[in-house]
Amino acid sequence: MNGVHDMGGMQGFGPVLSEADEPVFHAAWEKRVFAMVMATARWPIDTHRHGLECIPPADYLRMSYFERWLTAFEALAVSHGVVSAQELSTGRADPAVPRAEPPFGPGAVPAILAAGFPSERPATAAPRFAMGDQVRARTLNPAGHTRLPRYVRGARGVVVLYHGAHVLPDTNAHGAGEQPQPLYTVRFTARDLWGPEAGATDTLSLDLWESYLDPAGDDHGKTS
Amino acid sequence: MSEHDHDDHHDHDHHDHGHHHDHDHDHGHDHGHDHQHPPSEPALRVKALESLLVEKGVVDAAALDALVDAYETRIGPRNGARVVAKAWTDPDYRRRLLADATAAIAEFGYSGAQGEHMVVVENTPAVRNLVVCTLCSCYPWPVLGLPPVWYKSAAYRSRAVIDPRGVLADFGVAVPPEVEVRVWDSTAEIRYLVLPERPPGTEHLNEEALAGLVGRNAMIGVGDAARPSEAPAEAPAEVRP
Repeated sequence: MNGVHDMGGMQGFGPVLSEADEPVFHAAWEKRVFAMVMATARWPIDTHRHGLECIPPADYLRMSYFERWLTAFEALAVSHGVVSAQELSTGRADPAVPRAEPPFGPGAVPAILAAGFPSERPATAAPRFAMGDQVRARTLNPAGHTRLPRYVRGARGVVVLYHGAHVLPDTNAHGAGEQPQPLYTVRFTARDLWGPEAGATDTLSLDLWESYLDPAGDDHGKTS
Repeated sequence: MSEHDHDDHHDHDHHDHGHHHDHDHDHGHDHGHDHQHPPSEPALRVKALESLLVEKGVVDAAALDALVDAYETRIGPRNGARVVAKAWTDPDYRRRLLADATAAIAEFGYSGAQGEHMVVVENTPAVRNLVVCTLCSCYPWPVLGLPPVWYKSAAYRSRAVIDPRGVLADFGVAVPPEVEVRVWDSTAEIRYLVLPERPPGTEHLNEEALAGLVGRNAMIGVGDAARPSEAPAEAPAEVRP
């Protein structure tokens, strides 16, 4: 979706301000939100990200980072049946609903920390593109989740890395399956993306799935 | 969406929603570092949500404690600094790291969430790398820990791609025009770590001392490794508008 989260190339947010000796968390509640999402989210990371993107733009910009996590988590916990809307609003467990035991306990933490959630899957088909191939990012404007930023759509680049087949966020975020596809790193010149003001030698590299790309060996203009 | 529109006044609706906070709120208020919101609002929602999840048997609060402890005490930029120092002192390791970063980093036991698929990119006199996630906050947790607020800010996410040299200037780094700036936008599950240049005058230092020169910013690409006379490694991080 063309949400406010797709910020690459926007202007007017001012300088980057960093905090000296920054703590990992700035408030105790941030720690709990972070850990609750890690421990109890029964949906893929793609769904988590889409949940963040669905926060209305003005709220998204106003909220702190972990307030966004909290807001998305509340919505996803209800839509995925972890809690009911009534339980969330009253703060009380519905006695008619059986407990969800066994709970996620501390014994399950080391496995998450050690293994994480790899997104690579066995490749079922040969990749369409090879290193050095010229490609063009397609002009797509899906209403749902995608990892194809606006600033690169329609631009021509070159394949510099191939990562095997990876879970496709566009479907996985919406419960439509992992549908793994070849994933590439595609390099674009800064001037192709931003015009003559950009550094002459500068480049941007993005990780793009095969269905985000068209071949661009000798094309002359934008594809769609 | 609940009551998050109540910005500048106390939100009495909480009581109508039946949150039963019958003991003190101290741990929700921490140190008042949250500049943007009254701390009580999300703190109360979080407290109610955690109680509910525990009551329902979804999660054990001790698991939450264990996760927080891991990212507060064990998983942070010291890990990445050890990887960098090893790459500076062991040419074979550097080759392995650049060829298959996930496996080379796992030699230290660093793996898992948000580091499942790693790529290391190397700074040279001719190339400077910069890592961003324009769409959210992707960041290599096993080697750098959780990202700082600025990395997740609209200012960084928007500008790192269109004006990377300006962003680097915010961090006190001037990049000559002939040096190529390579920006890596983390749009998939590949996570990037920058291998900074080894500072001059460090030939006599061992791996541990070298690791002490490598700060988080250098491994994101917005800074350099410190010189031995400088300490701590994050010295250039503080900037003012």
